[in-house]
Amino acid sequence: MLEAANVLDPLDIAEAWTKQGRKVAIATVIETWGSAPRPVGSHLVIDGDGNFQGSVSGGCVEGAVITEAADVIASGAPKILDFGVADETAWRVGLSCGGRIRVFVERIEG
Amino acid sequence: MERSILEALNAARSARRAAVTVSDLVSGGSQVYLEGDDCPAPWRTSVARALQSGRAGIAETEQGSFFLNVYLPPSRILVIGAVHISQALAKLAPVAGFDMTIIDPRTAFATPERFAGVELIAEWPEDALRERPLDRFTALVAVTHDPKIDDHPIRSALEAGCFYVGALGSRKTHATRVERLRQAGVSDADIARIRAPIGLDIGAASPAEIAVAILAQIVEALRRRDTSHVKGAIA
Repeated sequence: MLEAANVLDPLDIAEAWTKQGRKVAIATVIETWGSAPRPVGSHLVIDGDGNFQGSVSGGCVEGAVITEAADVIASGAPKILDFGVADETAWRVGLSCGGRIRVFVERIEG
Repeated sequence: MERSILEALNAARSARRAAVTVSDLVSGGSQVYLEGDDCPAPWRTSVARALQSGRAGIAETEQGSFFLNVYLPPSRILVIGAVHISQALAKLAPVAGFDMTIIDPRTAFATPERFAGVELIAEWPEDALRERPLDRFTALVAVTHDPKIDDHPIRSALEAGCFYVGALGSRKTHATRVERLRQAGVSDADIARIRAPIGLDIGAASPAEIAVAILAQIVEALRRRDTSHVKGAIA
């Protein structure tokens, strides 16, 4: 069971995908306010084809993060994304739990 | 993040070593620092704090904003002795977030009926520990009262730098234990790390209360451990 859990570890997946020659971005929760579903430090890993593993929000903003990750993978420039109730996008993507999160998205280099 | 940093971080995690990454939120560059390794002065304090608390967060510096993420191996409790205290501890440890394993070669004690839901190994510690080596994120609790069973794992735990080493027994019992360990070449500094009599001094009387005192002492040892000087670190 422990090994099954490790298979789904986003950072292990990121390394495995990189070894396969895939382009990979890592999204990380860097700040939260109010009720955030995933704690600071949580990871979501995304590849150039939009495959992903892990979670930064329990599902509600992952779609948007994955879209932004495609830009980060293309440009190599890291991004900080904000999601919260005050933000139009956040309503659209459904962060209705009342919290706010900041997510850092960066490409794996080299 | 550079690929080499990701690989170093994953290697540390699979070796059950605590690690902190420091990421520049503007450039995206990262560094990884392992517990016990040298850490450059500007980061020493915040990295040590992250290692102790296990909490990730943003650090604002003159050089810009940095994100410190922290990766602690899951802590576990290894109990030598399938006794009454261990039964109570087996119920409490998972509540506080610890995995727990019990080793006792005495098969009359180590029965699954007495320890449902906990990993139970009815072998001599010498043999059992060969299969599953001790490490810095393991707490060792030796409660058999029998030197033949307790002494070896206590020495192994001190050598491995376990964050907690506790041993049951009165002050008199402990004094004779100290004498045996000294004869076996264990240093005074290591002997001083043994928590005996085991558990915080809260006047615990029943086995369940002693288990509470032990668990509280384990939490204290984990959260107040010295993250700068590491014994038994993997090079």
